[in-house]
Amino acid sequence: MKIRYFAWVREKVGVEEETLELPADVTTVKDLIAHLKTLDDNHALALADEEVIRVALDQMHVEPHEPLGNTQEVALFPPMTGG
Amino acid sequence: MAIVPSVRVQADDFNPEAEIKKLTAGRSDVGGVVTFTGYCRDEGGRLEALELEHFPGMAEAEIGRIAQEAANRWPLTGLSVIHRFGKIRPGEQIVFVAAASSHRRAAFEASDFLMDFLKTRAPFWKKEHLKEGGTGSWVEAKSADDADAARWQ
Repeated sequence: MKIRYFAWVREKVGVEEETLELPADVTTVKDLIAHLKTLDDNHALALADEEVIRVALDQMHVEPHEPLGNTQEVALFPPMTGG
Repeated sequence: MAIVPSVRVQADDFNPEAEIKKLTAGRSDVGGVVTFTGYCRDEGGRLEALELEHFPGMAEAEIGRIAQEAANRWPLTGLSVIHRFGKIRPGEQIVFVAAASSHRRAAFEASDFLMDFLKTRAPFWKKEHLKEGGTGSWVEAKSADDADAARWQ
């Protein structure tokens, strides 16, 4: 699965995107974030405050309980500050 | 039937006057156009520029979804949204919304709605570049913006 990062989440993780093979028990957005945090210190730091992390599955906003299903691309980012 | 909004995400500046003309040219059913133009502030002289990062593809798609929701909710004759990305200096334009309608209330409300949801749902992030000290911090989301968006539920 392709994972993309934006803004300070991207800066803290240290890459713009990565493609990962996920364990079978990673089925929801929340599972995915928990899994990413185990990868290394950068991921753990970037995603430490799960409450503020926003998620899009295939470019649609979703809540943490959402199943990943057939998602091709997950994006993780801070609360948006456009406008 | 709801109109199809015009949505543009671009690095280039834009001309509000030209955008208004697009909404009114050749028609006689438009009673009013409400526009909002957002500018980059210098934050009391502190700021050299804002750098707007965006999620290409999703930015257009999400603004399109918000704009379509507005078009379904209010009887508009036209709706245009422009959001810039990249480095923007104080005094420059960042965002533009124009809602045209036969009657003013729909145009006022639709543009207000658009701006509230652009703030909270459009995938853009602002980073400050400071006059002294190079790159500053990421602008933090304001809970007041969430409260503004919640008014429309």
